[in-house]
Amino acid sequence: MVMLPIYMDNSATTRTDPRVVEKMLPYFTEEYGNSASRNHRFGWRAEEAVDKSRTQIGSLIGASPKEIIFTSGSTESNNLAIKGVAHMYRRKGDHIITCLTEHKAVLDPCKRLEKEGFNVTYLPVDRFGCISIEQLEEAITDKTILVTLMFANNEIGTIHQIPDIGKLCHDKGIVFHTDATQAVGKIPVDVEAMGIDLLSLSGHKMYGPKGVGALYVRRKNPRVRLDAIIDGGGHERGMRSGTLAVTNIVGLGMACEICEHEMPEEMQRLGALRDKLEEGIRAQLTDVELNGHPTNRLPQLSNLSFAYVEGEALMMGVKDVAVSSGSACTSASLEPSYILKALGVGDELAHSSLRFSLGRFNTEEEVDFTINQVVEAVNHLRQMSPLYEMAQEGIDLSTVEWSGH
Amino acid sequence: MAYSDKVLDHYNAPRNVGSFDKADPHVGTGVVGAPECGDVMKLQIKVNAEGVIEDAKFKTFGCGSAIASSSLATEWLKGKSLDEAGDIKNTEIVKELSLPPVKVHCSVLAEDAIKAALKDYKSKSETESPLAATPSEG
Repeated sequence: MVMLPIYMDNSATTRTDPRVVEKMLPYFTEEYGNSASRNHRFGWRAEEAVDKSRTQIGSLIGASPKEIIFTSGSTESNNLAIKGVAHMYRRKGDHIITCLTEHKAVLDPCKRLEKEGFNVTYLPVDRFGCISIEQLEEAITDKTILVTLMFANNEIGTIHQIPDIGKLCHDKGIVFHTDATQAVGKIPVDVEAMGIDLLSLSGHKMYGPKGVGALYVRRKNPRVRLDAIIDGGGHERGMRSGTLAVTNIVGLGMACEICEHEMPEEMQRLGALRDKLEEGIRAQLTDVELNGHPTNRLPQLSNLSFAYVEGEALMMGVKDVAVSSGSACTSASLEPSYILKALGVGDELAHSSLRFSLGRFNTEEEVDFTINQVVEAVNHLRQMSPLYEMAQEGIDLSTVEWSGH
Repeated sequence: MAYSDKVLDHYNAPRNVGSFDKADPHVGTGVVGAPECGDVMKLQIKVNAEGVIEDAKFKTFGCGSAIASSSLATEWLKGKSLDEAGDIKNTEIVKELSLPPVKVHCSVLAEDAIKAALKDYKSKSETESPLAATPSEG
């Protein structure tokens, strides 16, 4: 028997692993010291816990524990990385390169820097969501100080060619930051092998608690320096002041340790479930398009467009499964996902998209249930869709003159 | 965002889904909206010799509120004269379905679809007028 509702929105957030919660609990009521308290046991014990977490995080991404800066999450990590580099290296140059499909937590800091006078290049992507290394190289000038490109996309799961980007940046002496929020803990990430200088990660995307994340900051070859955003007690080597959230940090460390141990098996299992989901749906429905790269993408994520039906209506039909939609009809704007638009997905297909993101706690029975509910909902909506009717009549929808409104 | 019970009811059991023959002189067809805006409504009325809307059908691509607005519109259209149909206001749809402010545009679209269907029927009956002027029992 499947328990309803089913959670299949693990790219938004994940359930905290009970093993993580168990490790965290003593740090609320027993080991509650401030890790910056240098003169008593409470502080020492907290500092030990924080250091252990740094080691666990470092181990997962191939970094030294000293290179881990704790933050409140990926949004803060991205802000610190981008603004921190921009302000620190301002005299060297004023140019930053990113791409159109980045998360808002990267795009918005870049936009703020533009207002301060920095120049930002937003690289386009192809229909799979990949940037071109040649275009990146062409975009680099002697004023370029930072390239920030995500590891894996949050909506479509496409994985960027991180090692190639890292190598190019290092050859040119440019700092390379990657927002790896969706990738860390899910697929192998190695800051050394991939030439990453700054990397953002978040606890709650990998079965850890919300409200904690980290920024990896390279210490050698080259040593990366950041201008702090938050000033205060000089915590985290002066890059991020504020008493450390020891409880959350313990949870983040444990989450990383579990991910490191279970990743090989979990990637396989979720990849197989994802494939089953896609094949199960496509075996019963026509006109289902995959958004994102067919192979070079996260194993746990599937973004599908169901032609002729609208995403929000579809979510009403898929009522027992928590997924997300590329349609922004719920917001005041009628604009569909900017990420799908950047891929060149037509607006009507962008409005028709659903993102399924599987996680550690999803089962095969849940996937079976989801396939059935999606197929039923799409059929229900197509039967009342004027677009489906036109398509059945052989009308090319792109040639129709719509009235708009 | 939670949907009202009435929106859910129309979504789950839409009334009058379907199509009439567009070429039928007694049928008026209105298609409004655009796929890139996330909603397209097709609303059709079938008008009898007395000028009364005897049947109405819809097909809608759009969110649940758009589907409910057009489904409700077909219910209201049946039995109305053309003039009465032209008086249906989007605000009445908003009220009946308890649509939140971000969904008001769905009701506007439904009103537009009604007006477009009426216009289509009227333009047809004008061009058909020589035929309509042939002897009838009226």
